[in-house]
Amino acid sequence: MPIMRVEDVSKNFGGLDALKRVSFTLYEGQVKALIGPNGAGKTTLFNLISGVDRPTAGHIYFRDHDLGTLRRHEAAGLGIGRTFQHSKVFDDMTVLDNVKVGRYQRGRAGIFSSFFSLRRHRNEERQVRETAFEALKRVGLEAQAGELAGNLPMGDRHLLEIARSLATEPTVLLLDEPAAGLNNDETDRLADLVRQIRDNGVTILLVEHDMGFVMDISDEVVVLDYGKKIAEGPPLMIQNDEEVIRAYLGDDLA
Amino acid sequence: MGIVAYARKHAAFLAFSAVAMCAPLFIGNKYYLSILAFTATRLMVALGLNLLMGQAGQVSLGHAAFVAIGAYGSAVMTTRWSVNPWLAMLVAALLAAGVAAILGVPTLKLRGHYLAMATLGFGEIVFILLVQLKGLTLGTDGISGIPSLTIGSLDFGRPRAYHWLAWGVALLMLRMSLNLVDSRVGRSLRALDRAEIAALSLGVNTSFRKVQVFVVSAVFASVAGSFYVHYIHYISPDSFSVTFSVVLVTTVVLGGLGNVWGAVWGSIFMLFLPEYLKRFNQDYTNLVFGLMLIVVMIFLPGGLVGLRHVPARLRRRFTPPDALPAEDT
Ligand SMILES: Nc1ncnc2c1ncn2[C@@H]1O[C@H](COP(=O)(O)OP(=O)(O)O)[C@@H](O)[C@H]1O
Ligand SMILES: [Mg+2]
Repeated sequence: MPIMRVEDVSKNFGGLDALKRVSFTLYEGQVKALIGPNGAGKTTLFNLISGVDRPTAGHIYFRDHDLGTLRRHEAAGLGIGRTFQHSKVFDDMTVLDNVKVGRYQRGRAGIFSSFFSLRRHRNEERQVRETAFEALKRVGLEAQAGELAGNLPMGDRHLLEIARSLATEPTVLLLDEPAAGLNNDETDRLADLVRQIRDNGVTILLVEHDMGFVMDISDEVVVLDYGKKIAEGPPLMIQNDEEVIRAYLGDDLA
Repeated sequence: MGIVAYARKHAAFLAFSAVAMCAPLFIGNKYYLSILAFTATRLMVALGLNLLMGQAGQVSLGHAAFVAIGAYGSAVMTTRWSVNPWLAMLVAALLAAGVAAILGVPTLKLRGHYLAMATLGFGEIVFILLVQLKGLTLGTDGISGIPSLTIGSLDFGRPRAYHWLAWGVALLMLRMSLNLVDSRVGRSLRALDRAEIAALSLGVNTSFRKVQVFVVSAVFASVAGSFYVHYIHYISPDSFSVTFSVVLVTTVVLGGLGNVWGAVWGSIFMLFLPEYLKRFNQDYTNLVFGLMLIVVMIFLPGGLVGLRHVPARLRRRFTPPDALPAEDT
């Protein structure tokens, strides 16, 4: 079952075409990888899918919703979660409070019940705390719950972003270079975590440069180069695609 | 929550409330009571500004204007139109809320310090209007004869009664602010300031929350202004120049932005220090505030509330490394 359709999406930044008529379909329950050299437009596409930016042309449909028509905070409510390539944890908040923000859109408490700490607010807070702690356990950060997020090492920050996003109970999760800076053991554990999240019914779209990791966990791969889709298919096919090899070798030589 | 659990969780708040409410039992001097009364109204403004600046990271350089809306709103409505003071306070607060929304909606959508610019201009405009709209404000002559607050036969014109009323309201606002920080809304404010794009991706309607906290801060300021005029019974435009807005920002920055208690220590400090300095020379006050602000910005970024970390930091600095406990190294 298709869950998201990227249709002829282009994104232009003042003369620079970051994305040129990119199309592909994301199917429910799959792990799809988005790869390509630096500057290929991967993060740009994530920004469009997560609703913080809009396509210059084309459409992204999530179920029946055209994501280009949403306001910037609304994608989360539809079930789209994401992590960031460059850490965007809330540095001076505790690890647990970071994940509690992930419960924001499932919560009801407004300014009045917050001000007066009304009973329904306190009940909600208790649930938020429990759910947030569960999300931390899933990524294995529960021991650091009380630490300031800014004190976490890089790899743990990405896990925290994953936990924070899981707390929103997403149906699609976008991971932007989650294995960057991890050693082999940590990368293996991350692969297990990604599979576990997929097994819980979350569809995953991920950007990653670690090819071993990508080939290991993805069902399908989309390759971008200079904003254009140059290949799409199962990992084995992509590994042997001549244009893909050329794009990567060219990038290495440059 | 049981009483014991509540007392343990809110020990600092309860202890501070007890001290604030019992103070008039030990202080007979009217002059000192008046300084405490001004501390209460300053605290009301500082709490709102602390939430706006410390939690949501937005700066207002025109908060004196919102205090003015409360002060003049109450003064004009009660002296000239014989409106009930409590109703006047409410109407003025609603007006402040509306004006804040009108200022906040267009400016808080944009990234950058547009709110600071807009409020700076707004503060200047309000000050000019207070002087020029003589028909309404009586211009530089000011408005006198503002009545005291009353409930039935209870007259809050007497210093002790006023103290309990004003501090009761200030403490309520303190409790509200402490609650807010530890709530869904409070966390979303910190989140949108620390990493707006991440907050958006988690579903936080960041522009709405920013406008909302700005409106709250305007209402707190307006209520403070209303309480203030019912205490001193006279008001003129001098009190509401841009300098006062800067003094308000100084209050919360000196106290510390990272913590609601910063508003408390900043208010106490800013109202009691001048009393101490007066013994030497009036002109010293501004000089000392200026120096304090620079010293705090450079050496104590957490403000006065950050002082509680200083003993530990000094201990660490002056302890030879090998004497440190293992987890500190
Ligand atoms: N906000 C922006 N304004 C201007 N150019 C941008 C912006 N965001 C990305 N770009 C440009 O778009 C291209 C694609 O960037 P990006 O999506 O970050 O690539 P990737 O994530 O694949 O490395 C790059 O040339 C980048 O400089
Ligand atoms: Mg990128």
